[in-house]
This record gives sequence, C-alpha cells and structure tokens, in this order.
Amino acid sequence: MNQEIEIRWHGRGGQGAKTAALLLADVAFKTGKYVQGFPEYGPERMGAPITAYNRISDDRIRVHSNIYDPDYVVVVDETLLHSVDVTAGLKKDGAIIINTAKTPEEVRPQLNGYEGRVVTVDARNISEEALGKYFPNSPMLAAVVATSGVMGKEQFLKEMEASYKHKFAKKPEVIAGNMKALEMAFDAVGC
Amino acid sequence: MRTDITKINEQTSHTGLTEGMRICASGTSRLFNTGEWRNSTPVYHEEQCKQCLLCAPVCPDSSIPVKDGKRLAFDLDHCKGCGICANVCPFGAITMKEGIE
Amino acid sequence: MAIKERMSGNEAVSYAIKQINPDVMPAFPITPSTEIPQMVSTYIANGEIDTEFIPVESEHSSMSAAIGASAAGARTLTATSSAGLAFMWEELLLAASNRLPIALALVLRTLSGPININCDHSDGMGARDTGWIQIYAENNQEAYDNFIQAYRIAEHKDVKLPIMICQDGFITSHAVENIELLEDEKVKNFVGEYQPEEYLLNPGKPISVGPYAVTNYVMEGKKNQLIALENAKQVILDVAKEFAGISGREYGFFGEYKTEDADYIILLIGSAAGTAKDAADQLRKEGVKAGILKLRVFRPFPAKEIAQALKNCKAAAILDRCESYNTNGGVLGSEVTAALYQNKIMIETVNYMYGLGGRDFTVEDARGVFEDLRNIVEHNAAPEQFKYIGLR
Repeated sequence: MNQEIEIRWHGRGGQGAKTAALLLADVAFKTGKYVQGFPEYGPERMGAPITAYNRISDDRIRVHSNIYDPDYVVVVDETLLHSVDVTAGLKKDGAIIINTAKTPEEVRPQLNGYEGRVVTVDARNISEEALGKYFPNSPMLAAVVATSGVMGKEQFLKEMEASYKHKFAKKPEVIAGNMKALEMAFDAVGC
Repeated sequence: MRTDITKINEQTSHTGLTEGMRICASGTSRLFNTGEWRNSTPVYHEEQCKQCLLCAPVCPDSSIPVKDGKRLAFDLDHCKGCGICANVCPFGAITMKEGIE
Repeated sequence: MAIKERMSGNEAVSYAIKQINPDVMPAFPITPSTEIPQMVSTYIANGEIDTEFIPVESEHSSMSAAIGASAAGARTLTATSSAGLAFMWEELLLAASNRLPIALALVLRTLSGPININCDHSDGMGARDTGWIQIYAENNQEAYDNFIQAYRIAEHKDVKLPIMICQDGFITSHAVENIELLEDEKVKNFVGEYQPEEYLLNPGKPISVGPYAVTNYVMEGKKNQLIALENAKQVILDVAKEFAGISGREYGFFGEYKTEDADYIILLIGSAAGTAKDAADQLRKEGVKAGILKLRVFRPFPAKEIAQALKNCKAAAILDRCESYNTNGGVLGSEVTAALYQNKIMIETVNYMYGLGGRDFTVEDARGVFEDLRNIVEHNAAPEQFKYIGLR
C-alpha cells in the first residue's frame, strides 16, 4: 500500500458511515498504523447526506483538513449518487466502492466520468442474509479494507472480532452474524 | 496568611493586599466603626422598657446587645442611627435624637 | 512505557480527568464539549473515580458552582464551548479575581451568530481579557498533555489562577487519532494532591471570599492578578520541563517548526498548525525556507519571546481564527505586531483570517499564504492585510 491512504465516506445520517470510519481507524490502529477517523459535522439529521474521513499512514499524521483528493471513496447509500458528487477529486488509480445490487458497469454512467476502478457490493443482500437486518456499515467496512488492502483478511477479521466482542459484550448473539457479513463482503470484493 | 485587617486600608500598596482580596479572619466588621456615619442617635429609656426584645433582632448592625434575656445599652460605635428600633418599640422606650450623641 | 492508544480529543481530555480524579465537576452540556461531562460522569457511575458531579441548569451555574467548590477547597473543573463560555462571562472574571485555580476544558466553537456549531476561536479569544490562563492544543495528544499540566500551573503558589485548556471543536475533539497515554500512577504523582492554604470548609479558620472592593482597592487587586499571570510564565516552563521528564514530550510557550533558518513563518494557533507544517515541508523540498510558529500559551501572552522567535525571518503571516471587528485585523494580528514593534523588530507581517465557522484550512491554503509572503519579499509587493482565506 501507499505510505498514506485517504478515504472519504458518503452516507446518510443514521446509516453508520461515521461509525464505520471510526471502526476502520480502530482496526488500522491495531495493525500499528497512524490513523485518523473523523466525520464532517453540521446540523445533519437522520437521512441527510453526511461525510466522514479516514487517513491511514505509516507516519504520524499532522494534517487536520478534510480530504479532497481521496484514494478511495465509499458510498454507503447509492441514492446519494443522484445528489452528491461522490467522485470529486477521487484519484484515478484509486477506487470507488458503492453499496448497490448493480454491477460496476451499470453504475459507472452515474459517476461523472470517473475512469478508475469501480467496486460494487450488495451490502443489503449480505446484511440481510448474515444478520437478518439491514446494517450496511459492516459489509462496507469489509469492502473498503479488501479494496484498499490496508490489511489482510485474516488480520482484519481477527481485529474486528475483538472489537465486536467489546462492543457487543451484552449482545454476543449478534457477533457471529456481523462476522459473517464482514467475510461475505470481503470475499465479494474478491481481493 | 491569616489576615490582619488593621494593616489594610485605602493607602495600602498592592503588595500589602491579600490574594484575591480574601479576608482570612472572621468578625472583622467589628473593626469598622460605622457609628461615625450616624447623624441621629437612639436614646434608651430603660424605665419604659418591658424587655420584650422586639428591637434587638431588627437592628441591621447588631448594635443592641442582649445578655441573659435582657437588652443592654446601645453599641454606639456601630449604630448608624437608622431608627428602626425606635419605630418597632411598642412602649416608647427608644426615641431618636438629632445629632451624634 | 507509554501506552499507545487511539482516541478522540474529547476522550483524551476525559481520560486525563479520570487519571487526575478531581474533587468536583459542575457541568452543563453543549456541542462539541458535551462528551467530556458525559464520559466523566460515566467514569463516576462506574466507580472508577470519586469526583462529585454537579448537574446544573446552565453554564452560568456551572461556573458559579465551580467557584463555590474551588473556594471551599476542592480541586474543581468544568467543560464548555461557545455560547456556554459566553454564558459564564461574569463568573469567568470572578474566578480569576478570586484567584481560584479552576480548570476549564474548552472545546473551541464559533460564538454565534450566525449560529454555527463548528470550530473557530471566537469563544476562547473572546475570553482573553478575563484573567484566565489559556493554553491551546494542536491535537488530541496536546489536549491530553496540557490538561495533565493544568493544575500544576494553576495551583502553584505564585500563580493561583484559573486555567483554560483549549482544543479545536470537532477537528480534534471528535477526530480519532493515535495518542500516547501515561500510566495512572505517573499522572497521579505528577499532579499531586491539592492543598490550598486557606479555604472555606476549614473549621476554625474562617475566610471571606470575593468581598466588595471600593474604588481604592480595585486597581491594586488587578495589578496582583497581573503579577500572578507574569509569574505563570516561569511556572508554565518549569511544569513543562518536569512533564517532559515523565512523557518525553516537550512544551514551551509555542512550538517552533523549522523556524530557526526560516525566511517565511506562519504563526497560528491550534489544529491548523499541523496542516501548515505539511505545507512547510513541501516548500522546504522545493527550496523555500518555510517555518511554523504554533502558539500554545496565549495568556499570559509571550510577547517578547514571540518577537525574538520571528526576528530573523523576512516576513511572517499571522493567522487569526476569530474576527475582532476592530477593522484592523484579528486578535493575534494586533498582539503580535504590537510585540514586534515594542521589541523594535520591523519585519514584514501580514494578518489573515481563516477557518471562521469551521471553514476548512488545507495544505493548499497554507501554501498560498507562503506564496503571498514570498511575493511581498521578492517583488516588494504591498501586503494585502486582513484577507479572508478561502472567501467566496
């Protein structure tokens, strides 16, 4: 991977894009990286478009601005493609990861002429199959890790399991489903 | 730094003031002779007094000392001559007189 | 051994509070500082610390309660932002004039209006004349480190003043980043027990706090506050030195990044300093001698030291994240140029406004400022003062 990668998340308030960005910072930290995970705050409410960011680096990160030329963009809600310029500044040798049942070829026309790699993940299908509910953030987190290669699958799953054990200490029954969702999404990206 | 209030007055240099103007002592108001502010003075007519003690608690300056259930003479070092005691006395045992005596 | 962790700036300050275990925390929630009382009250609820938390109905009350608690002899703190700090206004001055070493975790946010929740420095800078010590952080690490040093400075016998530990709202308060924490025991030993000489809850030794001062006493009282702030300068340096001994991290009145041989220096406060350092590094690679002076201690203002640090550069940009409405620049612009003039250092300076209401400040923006400085020096161009960076 590059010395520093920058990721921009697009979601809607309440879908967990911010949580996913913070979880990504968390797992990347555990692999010994320097990390940043931060949302862009405004008066947003449930359903409003929101943006969150990650920087992951081998060196200490000093910059404290938003990310304008990301290596990767994650779109947690495909309806945002109509209203938000999600590929703005996205590097050509990077990738955009979109939660959709469509194929990359089907969504590419909506990406303002973006020429780089397009990855699609059917997070709804994965989430409903693994968890019986629609929580897109776990599958999207796995998809961005798989696509960017910030860490290997085995290490990622191991760290996530530890995080879930901590996070869901009072609801251990949901851990297996979440782990399954991560693995399915990781494999769907196929890296 | 227990405060000796007698050493602080309006001529004191900043180095002689306490930290945060704090006064580390109690009962220091006794040292201020507010009786000097008076231009009218209460006169106590002991023979009229029934020792009902209505006067003592209304005095804003605690200038009517009470001992063994009986009021004593006025503390004129601190009495400002407001006249509340004279007003509250039902028996005419306190009257106000012009002047500081 | 340092403990490597990752946490947000608010988590970092809350963790420092947990390690210090102060006596009393009155607080009222306001974005973006809300998480601090929330996290501290969780520590209390979990029995991890025995701080007395006082839920109050406003910031006016939280600072009033803090004053009462501190006067009573308790190590006291609160947290707030923006309008919350403004609502404490009257009490801020009283805390300082009563010489109470209260700590306030200030999470910097625009002071309305227009109403806005994002970062600028109008709340902190607005409170610059209240008599508090103010220390600003670049990131979560500095917010944590500054908080651990706070009581040692505030409670020092030559100081006895309240202290604000400030960090940028959302930009650092809500950003998860790497951090190195100190062991609980180390923090405990460093901070020590609070042993005030005179306090209200001291049987047999009564005191009066905050008496009315007639005209003949007020100037002398203010002078004593000023002397305490002057004393704070040495104490801040001494405490920082001792802190370096346990943490390995060094602090002074300001942090100098590649300023020693710099032709062009940007002087600023807070999280944007890190961003500006990246710009300086880029320019250094291009052969431009760029440096950053990040002010940490704003009150007391290290005027002489700043002037000395800037004296060898050709031009300096002073960046303000707060409008002063004097139509002659920002707070920092005015104070730094006064410091230069008083010390007879006549370098070229330009004063900018940036980041108001959370407007992003990028590496490109910092490069643009350096570009302006070069243009002024190399082409003898007249500096355009008080420019708003990124204004549409």
